[in-house]
Formats: sequence, C-alpha cells, structure tokens
Amino acid sequence: MNKNLLSINDLSREEIESILVTAAKDFLELPKRDIKKVPTLRGRTVIDLFYEKSTRTSTSFELAGKRLSADVINVKADSSAMGKGESLKDTVLTLNAYGPDIIVIRHPHVGAPAFIARYTDAHVINAGDGKGGHPTQCLLDIFSLKQEYGELDGLKVAMVGDILHSRVARSNIAGFRKMGMEVTLIAPPPLLPRGVESLGAEVAYSLDALAGVDVVYLLRMQKERHGDSGMIPSLREYIARYCVGRRHISGDQRVLHPGPINRGVEIEAELADSGENLILQQVEAGLAVRMAIMYRIIVDSAAASAEALEAGAAGEDRADADIKNIRAVG
Amino acid sequence: MSGLFVKTVVPADQLGRTIVRIAHEILEKNQDISNLALVGILTRGVHLARRLADHMEQFAGQELPVGELDISLYRDDVAARGSLTVRSRLTHPEVRGTNLPFSVDEKTIVLVDDVLFTGRTIRAAIDALFDYGRPSQIQLAVLVDRGHRELPIRPDYVGKNLPTSQDQRINVHLREVDGVDEVVLEAVEDE
Repeated sequence: MNKNLLSINDLSREEIESILVTAAKDFLELPKRDIKKVPTLRGRTVIDLFYEKSTRTSTSFELAGKRLSADVINVKADSSAMGKGESLKDTVLTLNAYGPDIIVIRHPHVGAPAFIARYTDAHVINAGDGKGGHPTQCLLDIFSLKQEYGELDGLKVAMVGDILHSRVARSNIAGFRKMGMEVTLIAPPPLLPRGVESLGAEVAYSLDALAGVDVVYLLRMQKERHGDSGMIPSLREYIARYCVGRRHISGDQRVLHPGPINRGVEIEAELADSGENLILQQVEAGLAVRMAIMYRIIVDSAAASAEALEAGAAGEDRADADIKNIRAVG
Repeated sequence: MSGLFVKTVVPADQLGRTIVRIAHEILEKNQDISNLALVGILTRGVHLARRLADHMEQFAGQELPVGELDISLYRDDVAARGSLTVRSRLTHPEVRGTNLPFSVDEKTIVLVDDVLFTGRTIRAAIDALFDYGRPSQIQLAVLVDRGHRELPIRPDYVGKNLPTSQDQRINVHLREVDGVDEVVLEAVEDE
C-alpha cells in the first residue's frame, strides 16, 4: 500500500487481493475469540475525524483501531471546535501536533482527504468524501463478494438507485471493474451523473435489467443531498418503479447494500430481513477489512523505508548490507 | 569481495531420527498425554508438529491434536522492518493463519518451531497462545538451537545444538515445503 488510501484507484488488483487475504487470514475470525484484540498497533494513535453523520463506518473504524491495540480518538464535527468556525486545515494542523499515525476522515467535500494529507505526516484514510469516493466500503464489498462467490472474474453486478449522489457507486464501479466484474447501473435518468458512459458501466432504466445479473447492489436514496427542488418528481413513483423486493430477486442472486437502509424506499422490508441479502456480512467484513487496511498501511510503509535504508547502505558498503540482511532473516 | 558459503549440517536420515527422538522425549516427559496438544509455528513448525504427532500416535496409540500458530500480529518489530511475512503473502496468498482446532484452556501445549535463535518468535507465540485461553503448561520443542538468545527462553526438547556466529544463517528444509529434508548452514565468506 502507499502512504495514504485516498481512492480505490490508489490500489492495484494485486494489492487489493493481498489486503483481502490479510483480512481473511488475520482478522475475520478475531470476533469469535474471547480476547478480540491483537497487540499489533500498540502505542500507535488513530484519529477518526468525522464531519458527516455515520454509524457503521465510524464504529467500524473505531473498533478496528481498538482491536489492533491502537489508541483511538474520535472527533465529530457537531461536538468539536469545527463547529466554532475552525478551518479544516487548522483542525488538522492541531491534531497533527499530537503525532498521530493514522487519520481517518469523513467529509462532505470531494478531495478533503487529499487536502489534509498535505498538512499531516500521518497516514490518511478516506472514509468517504462527499460524492467523491469511499474506498474502504469498496474493499469490504469486494471482500464480501469474494467470501460468497470465490471467483470474481465475469461476475455481473447491478447497482440500483441514487447513483448520482453515491460515492459508494463511484468507488465500487472502479473497484468491481478492476476485479474483472461487469457493472450495470439502474436508475431514473435524473439520478445518473452526467457523462455516466465514461464510468465503464452499462446503463439501464428499469428493474427488468436485474434478470441477467448475479449480484444486486442497492444504494440509499440520499434525500439530504437532493436539495429543496428535488431530483425526482415523486418519491412514490420512484418506489413503484425502483424499490427492490423479494419478487425481483431470483434463486441464487445475492443482495448488498452499504447501509443505512431506507426500508420501503430502495429496499422492501421483507427483502431487508431475508437471507438473500448479505448486509450483515458486509458489516462483519467491514471490521476485518478496516483492520487489514490499518495494519498494512503501517507495515507496508515501514517495509518500504527499511528497504530504502538498505538500498542506501548497499551503495556505501554492499558486503556490510549483506550481513545485515542475513541477520534480519535469521 | 564476498561469497556465500553453504553446507549441509544435518542430512535427511539424521533429521528423521532426530524427530523420532524428540517424539520419544515428549512422551517420556508427559506421562498422561490425554491433555497434550502440539502447536506448530507457521510455516515449518507446523510440519514438524504434524510429524511429531504422527510418531507419538504410533508409539502411544493415541491421537494428538495439532494446531497452527501465525505470530505475525504479535511480533515486536512490526514498525522496525515492516513484515517479511506480508511480502511472502503477496506471492503466496494461500498461506494460512492461526488455526487451533481445540481449546487451549488447561492443556499442556508443546510449541514446535524449526530454529530457536533470539527467542523473540517464541515470546510472540506465547503471547498469541494466551489470547486464545489459559494453558496449564507450555513446553518448547525445536529442531535446531543456534544460540544467541536475547530473551530468557529455554527449550524443553532440542533436536540439535548448532553453535553459530551472528552473521551465519541456519535454514531448515522440510520435504513438505522444500521437497527435501535437511538443515543447512549459510555464511558470508571473505575472500
């Protein structure tokens, strides 16, 4: 992994697979133990900086950090100096003075994670930036699908709903395609972004398109981002045409949703409660994957700097470096 | 100029006999084996633990549980040099994590590893085991003890003591992983 995780495009397919192996091998079984904690990031500090409301992402990151034995501080916009008019830059400079190892940020504006990365030495993890992206959600979704299907190449996914406002859709279209999956977007035209063709996904306007897919990925109707005018003429009409229920789902199709769900808007209550959905598996995966990301972002950069150090030493005295190598391995 | 010097210090037949002897020693020291479990440290410790369990089953007529322990999350040098295990995972994603198919509570656990060097791996392994429960006793079996301990750790069963210098390297090869049974010594030689 690189120093920061700002976008799913920061990762190659090989890196994604390797992170998911770490998640499965080291962290998925952890919640089944009596002692649900490993000492790996003992003494490290993680700051979770949330400028938007969040339940599962913030609890998931908090628990992931704590189960790695890091010290975790949660800063929420509504109860901090951010509410007193402090700029993002000043908040980050202040927090950076504590010497954190990782800053996790959720922010309503696209690019906020990349912006703060300029003002801190900590590793920055994007936990959702406006309509921009949500790379950790994408990784946990790929993980859930891998657990369910094994092989992802050629898997067909339909993403249904408010594509326009969805950072999850942006990250997941890129991530799913990177893993060899085919993506179809289903939404009414006002809820599709301009230039949707350039995303590399098929587009359909009716749930009939669900017939040919393996996975149905539902997105929340983000009414809070629609403004006063409203993006759709009538919610009731939307529900009639796009709310997915059990009758739309055939035999072995599986349903995912990043949460929080709006029962009766994008997903019928009966489907939300049925065994065909993987919603709770996604939550479980989220914890393991976020532990893997925090672990790897620290360990990989340490490995990289150790390598750089060795390369420098080799230039001065190769024989000496050889001996160091041998010691390190023994 | 420097060259790499490689020498086989324990050949296959001797390695086989050594494992048999350790199996006997474990049985000798533990009169009641109903409470015994072997835990191998990944990767080669696991294969050694399986071989020991097979021999002990032959000698005592009783099956022994074998567990696998991955200590990478318990290392004391996560930051110092990154993790070599992470690198090997990139190339070998089939590598498995910890798998203890039994409760360690109140068990006598025999930890098994190929080479005992600084003792830091064993420290990490003991810490990891305690996160799975409270064993009544932990013993340590190693194929090779090469000295240079940095912690107060002492093995209960030793296949072979090989005094080495710090800059030498001991590699245990097992047929399950490497296709051949042997212990080799590697050293950098000055011309």
